[in-house]
Order: sequence, then C-alpha cells, then structure tokens
Amino acid sequence: MNRDASVKRAIHELLRQQQLGVLSTMDDEAPYASLVAFAVSDDDRCLYFSTPRATRKFANITANAAVALLVNNSVNLPEDFHRAKAVTAVGIAQTLPDERLDAARSHYLDKHPYLESFAHSPSCVFLEIRVQRYILVERFQNVSEYRIDHAMDSTS
Amino acid sequence: MQWIQPLETLPSGDTRDIGGKGAALHRLWAGRIRVPKTLCVTTRAYRDFVNHAGLREKIYLELSRKAFADMRWEEIWDAAQRLRLLFLRSSLSPEMASGMRQAITQAFGERSMVVRSSAPEEDLSGHSFAGLHASYTHLQGCNDVMRHIRLVWASLWSDAALLYRQELGLDALTSAMAVLVQEMIPGQVSGICFTRDPTGPERGVIEAVHGMNPPLVDGKIAPDRWTMDTATGAVIEHSAPASRIQWQPPTATAGAAALSALPDSLRHQPPLTPAQVGRLWTTAVRVAAMAAAPQDIEWTFDKEELVLLQARPITTVSRPAEGDNRSWYLSLHRSLENLLDLRRRIEEKWIPRMRQTADELADIDPGALDDVDLALEIRRRWDINQHWTAIYWEDFIPFAHGMRLFGQVYNETMVPDDPYEFMQLLRHQDLISVRRNRCLADLAAAVRQRPQRARALERGDFNALDTAFRDRLDAFVLRYGDLSCPVTGAVECSPDTGALANILLEMAALPETMSTNGGDVSSAALESAFLGACPSGSMDDCRQLLSLARSSYRLRDDDNILLGAIEARLIAAVQEGRKRSRVGSAGLSEVLAELGLENAEQVPRPRAEAPPPAVSERQITGQPAGPGLVRGRARVIVEHSDIAQFKRGEIIVCDGVDPNMTFVMPLAAGIVERRGGMLIHGAIIAREYGLPCVTGVTGATTRIRTGQTITVDGYLGIVTIGEK
Repeated sequence: MNRDASVKRAIHELLRQQQLGVLSTMDDEAPYASLVAFAVSDDDRCLYFSTPRATRKFANITANAAVALLVNNSVNLPEDFHRAKAVTAVGIAQTLPDERLDAARSHYLDKHPYLESFAHSPSCVFLEIRVQRYILVERFQNVSEYRIDHAMDSTS
Repeated sequence: MQWIQPLETLPSGDTRDIGGKGAALHRLWAGRIRVPKTLCVTTRAYRDFVNHAGLREKIYLELSRKAFADMRWEEIWDAAQRLRLLFLRSSLSPEMASGMRQAITQAFGERSMVVRSSAPEEDLSGHSFAGLHASYTHLQGCNDVMRHIRLVWASLWSDAALLYRQELGLDALTSAMAVLVQEMIPGQVSGICFTRDPTGPERGVIEAVHGMNPPLVDGKIAPDRWTMDTATGAVIEHSAPASRIQWQPPTATAGAAALSALPDSLRHQPPLTPAQVGRLWTTAVRVAAMAAAPQDIEWTFDKEELVLLQARPITTVSRPAEGDNRSWYLSLHRSLENLLDLRRRIEEKWIPRMRQTADELADIDPGALDDVDLALEIRRRWDINQHWTAIYWEDFIPFAHGMRLFGQVYNETMVPDDPYEFMQLLRHQDLISVRRNRCLADLAAAVRQRPQRARALERGDFNALDTAFRDRLDAFVLRYGDLSCPVTGAVECSPDTGALANILLEMAALPETMSTNGGDVSSAALESAFLGACPSGSMDDCRQLLSLARSSYRLRDDDNILLGAIEARLIAAVQEGRKRSRVGSAGLSEVLAELGLENAEQVPRPRAEAPPPAVSERQITGQPAGPGLVRGRARVIVEHSDIAQFKRGEIIVCDGVDPNMTFVMPLAAGIVERRGGMLIHGAIIAREYGLPCVTGVTGATTRIRTGQTITVDGYLGIVTIGEK
C-alpha cells in the first residue's frame, strides 16, 4: 500500500473505531473545546454530531462555523506515545437541511443507538461538519495532511 | 524467583527465567557435570529494571520513529547506540542494586568475572542467534560487573538483534534478557566440541588450544583438531596446526588482547592428551544424550578438571535468502586490530595510489586521442574505476566502523547526555571538501572586491574576466572540477561552468566572515576528560582508538572525493566518446554499448506544474544528525545540475549528500537527507559547518518540493513542511 493510501486508510479506520471526539469551536475571543459523540459519512467527507441548542458550542458555531474535531485512540497508558494515532478534522459546521436529516441521523444512531432519544429531542440540533482537511499524527511526531476537499475520490 | 540467584538454587532451569544459556548450564549442573560457578540475573530483574527506569516506552519511541522497513542499517545501529546509552544512564532501584551487589561480592569477592547474555529467545530449536547479544570477560570488581550487566541488558536491543527482530519476536513489552555472572576460569587448555560435525552425521569434532579460548570472532589461532567417530568414540584423525600460539587475555579496555608465543615445551605438544580427548568426548556424548540433540560445547581444562562453559544445540547455518544483506552489515563490525590494519592499508597504500592514478589519468587528454586509442582509453578508465570502486566497498566502507567503535567506547566510558558527543572530538579536521570550500571562499572574496568580475560571471562571459582571476578559476577547476558533475554513480554529465559562476556569485553576496565553525574550546576539554577517564594502563589504547576514529571520520569524506576524481576522468573520456560516436566513429559505439555507457539515464522529474496532492506530509520524523533549528526555502536536489540553482539561505533536500555537492554548504541553512544515519557523509559535513541536519527522512525528495518553506529541527530530528 502506498503512503497516500495508508494515510487515507488510517483516517478512515480511526473515524470508525472511535466513539468520541473533542470539538473545537470559536468563542469571540477564545477557543472552546467539548467532547462529542460523532459519526462519519461513508465517503469520510462529513462528520455528524448532535447537541442541545442551549450549549455554548452551538452558540459558538452559530457565530462562527469554522470548527475542528480531534479524534484519537489513546488509552491513557505510556504505550500511547508510540502507538496512538490522532486525527484532526478541520471544516465548517452547519445544521443539516431537512432532506438529508433522517438519513444522516439514522446513520449516526447505527453507531450510537443509546443516544436515540437524545438525538431526536426537539431541543437538540443535528449538525454536520463538511471536512476540508484531515491532519493525521502517527508514531509520536509524524504528521500527514489529507485535503479531502481537493480529493477527486476519497475512497482508499 | 529472585532478581539474582545461584544456579544451583534454582528449582528448575526455565528458559523464560534464565535464558537459553542459563537453562543449558542448569541442565549440565543437574547432570553432575562441572560448570563455572554461576549467578543468574533473572529476566525478572530485567523487567523490574526496565519498569523502574521507565525504559519500556522509551524503547518503543526510539524504535517507532519510522517504519522499520524504511530504516537503513546505519539507522538501526544509531538506534541501538542510543538505547545502549539509555540503559547505561538508567539506575537500578536501590533494593535491586544492593541485593545484586551483595550476591556478587559474596559469590566472587575479588576474582575475575565473566558476564554473559542469556536471552530466552536464543538457541531456539532450528535457529542460532549466538553472537547477537553481548558478553564480557575479565571483569574486575562489583562495579565493573554491575555496569556490564546493564550493557548485556541493552544488547537485547543491539543492532544485530534488531536486524533479526522478526525471527527473535523482539517486542519491548514481552522481551527480556537474563544475565549470567560467572567466575573466570583461567584454563590451561580450552576449546570447542561438536558432537556431530555440521557437515556429516558420522563424525564429531574437537578443537583445542593452549590457554584460554580466544573470542569467537577472531579465528586467528589455528587449533589442534580431532575428528571423532560418533559410532565408536575413536579418534579418526588428529591434525596439528602449522604453528601453535596462544591468546593473551586483555589487561584493560578496547580489546587490547593479543596473541603470544608459547614456551617451547608447549609449542610442540598437542594441547590435549589422548586420555583427555577420551574424557572430553565421553562427557560431550552424555550432554548430547541429556539434551536429546547434538551439541556445540565450549569447554576448558582447569588443571586436570574438565569444565563445560557452554552447551547448545547444533544448528545448521542456513544460507541467507536472496537480498538478505544482514550478515554483510554485521560483518562491518570490526575489531580494533582489524581496523588498525585497514587504516594502514588505506592511508599508506590506497590513498597515495588513488591520487597517483587520478593524476596520471588527468595527464591524458581524451580529445587528443584518435578513435582507436580513445576506445582503448575508455575501457582502461572503466576498468580502473571498477577496481577502485571494489576497494571502496571492501576496505573504505568497513573502515567507517572506526568512528562507531570509538563512539561505543566513548559512551561506555563517559556516559554522556548526548550519544553523539564523541563526534565533537572528531570534527575540524583538514577535510578535502573543506579545503576546496576555502578556495571557493577566496574566489568569492575576489569577486566581491571587483564588481566587474561579478558582472562577467552573471553574463557567463568568462572571457571578460581579468587574467589573474581567470587563472585562479582555471586552477580551481583543474583541481576540484567545475562543480557541474556529480561524483559517484553517474556517468552522464557535461562540463558546465554555470554552476561555478552561480555559486561564486551567491557566496560573494554573503558577508565576508562566513566560514566553517571555528574550533570550539569544548572539544579539547572533552578529549582530555575522555583520556583522563580511560582505565589506568590503557591510555595508549584510548589514544590509538581516538586517532583511528579521526582517520575514519576524515576518510568518510575524502574517500568519496578521491574516488570521484578517478570517476571524473572516466566521465571525461566517455563524454568525448559519445560526442564522436554520434558522428559515426567506428569502434567507439561498440565500446560504449558494451560497457552500458551509450545512453545517459534520465531521472524522472516531478512535474513542477502538477496540482498539489490531496495527501501531503506536514511533519516527518527522521534522525537528529546536526543540532540546530532553522526555517527556510527548500531546494530539492534530484539531479546534480539542480545544485547550480542553489541560493544562499536555502535548505538542501536530497537523497544523499554527495561529496561534490558540499561546495554549497557555506550557502546552505540546513540539510535534509533521505539516507539515514548519524555518521554518514551529510551528517559529518553538517557538523563541520554547524548546520541543522535531519537524516533518514523517508521520501524527502518526493514529499518536499523546491520553494516550500520547511523547518529543520536538528535537535529532535523532525522536518516540518509549510508555515501554518
């Protein structure tokens, strides 16, 4: 497998293995980080998550749609330093238009079935991140970037 | 199971606890065969030490910098060297240290000791990994033994072991090393015994020398040899060597062991009497029966008593698979004695001859020869070039181990923070390339003095230069070439003074004081600290080793340039031949075709206008090969001619620094190299010029593009591409 394919594959797998990611949003003056349960579209171009409308993260996204989501497979042991991989997705968050909402939410709930009532709550909003690029960190300090918005075909 | 235990107190000889050698010795002891008095430092001690010192993750981090498949042997050696220092710099827990000290002192007092590796994975059936791990003989006192135990532990991660990591199943989480601490038995006769000759099942072999067994690798003492009949136990044949000598155990460090003559009475006497041969054979056969496998036994006679030092199953040495170069890499490890021989040969024989050859070839102008003579001359130069390339591989490459051996001894002696501190003692020598660069700096200064020279160079109009300057320029080209030709491995090159003009203009634009790093005071202080720390009585050995390492360092650069000078003469003749063969000159095309020189190889170049790739590297880890941090514009060198475009302040990104590239070093801000290693050419030049350098950057020339901003972190060995 060539290097490009292995980078895409590592990102693809990590996004499917992991349940949670750290979402970064922008307040007026400062960054803000929160833990979210996410799912990824089949082509890796979109990430989905759900949040109550009253949250700080939603307020931030409403004001500034630029976000990042960090996903990693560390297990809180020293081995993480050589073994763990981390991927940061950078993109634009938006509420899902109605015509795509059901399919995306059902895809999300396939991964997080226990969040059904949460995701369907009228007080919650369902969002997608249109990913522009992924930054993958492996083996402690090896960093690759995947411009998925430049890629013709995102399958590995 | 305790950290350290006498062999005879262990309930069983479990390989997992005391390793392969320990288990074999335990079996001999249980069979009432005399073995040296032995303390086993169990694998539990290794594990507890590694946990206590927090080494496990450090080992992982060291070994996962990049994919193993992408690591060159030099990088594996470097990694092993760093791990070794890490082990030396780590402490045992106070309880473990005092427990082990007490046991060792109690068992051996002031006696001379041996510390042997005993890895659970060694001597697995069907494999023999003898020699991958370290063993040390003739150790005196508890401190010495404690230090060497850590070195044996570290040898679990030796370069040799790392090369065979898959076969060994080496893993930082599960692998461990046991160590045997033994009394040193000053045997009067020693040797080995194979209960079955590896070449045929009906015979066994005994080899014996007077005195003690010399280290395995040397093989310089021819032993007496008895061929045994495995069916009857009778001697089939006894062959005596042409002359009998004995091995003199070392007195201090650095393998100062030597061979010495035997007294007359022993010289004419076989080391073993027929009765001793019989006793040895009977015991060996019993050991083979106990182990239910033919055995390879190391033994000694302590006065009249037979002592078995080691026994392991005989493994047939399988031939390495096609493309498996590991045994060749390991053959590059040379003893001090061997390196001193190489040095003599290289300095006294090869170098003067290479210089002479290059000069003689330069005297013949290919342009002045007729076609027939030119064809002969091309063939002759081809042969000469082949001859020296072969010597380069045979002698010059292994001689680079001089630096490694010194580095190893230096690190063992000084236990420094920086595993490459020893390089400071080797720097600032009169390298040919540095001399050439001084000449360039002088020429650049002359350009700076007179603007009309710069203008002429910019136009490429050499005729407009004043005679005095042109003469100096011609002298430079005659001596060092016009900088347009690569040195090793390429025959395609057309002489072109454009590169020289560009480099001189770039250098002339630099402030006047640019030069190589001046001699720093600390290297003198380091040298005296190192010599001061040499064990008493071995100062001369240390000096000799340092001098050897300096020669090895110098030659790492000079040899390429000397070889390049010969190759340049071949290139010149081939150029002329190609020119004429195009116009149909008889004979020349045939010679060029026969030697495979008819066409220039075209290196595919990445297309500059291609869109940026979807996947790109942001940060690549290699090896820190020259300390410093710099950000600048990348200049990727794919073909040698790319260097002609080099601008001051750029960072060289290349596959490997070629000696004929190094004239741009005074202009460069940093170096990134695909080839890995701390002691390779590029790293040495980087240190000479004080440039931040990272080597072993996988795909450097394909993943980095000329013009990109890159950051070279020569402390951590990281290259970052792009600004944000």
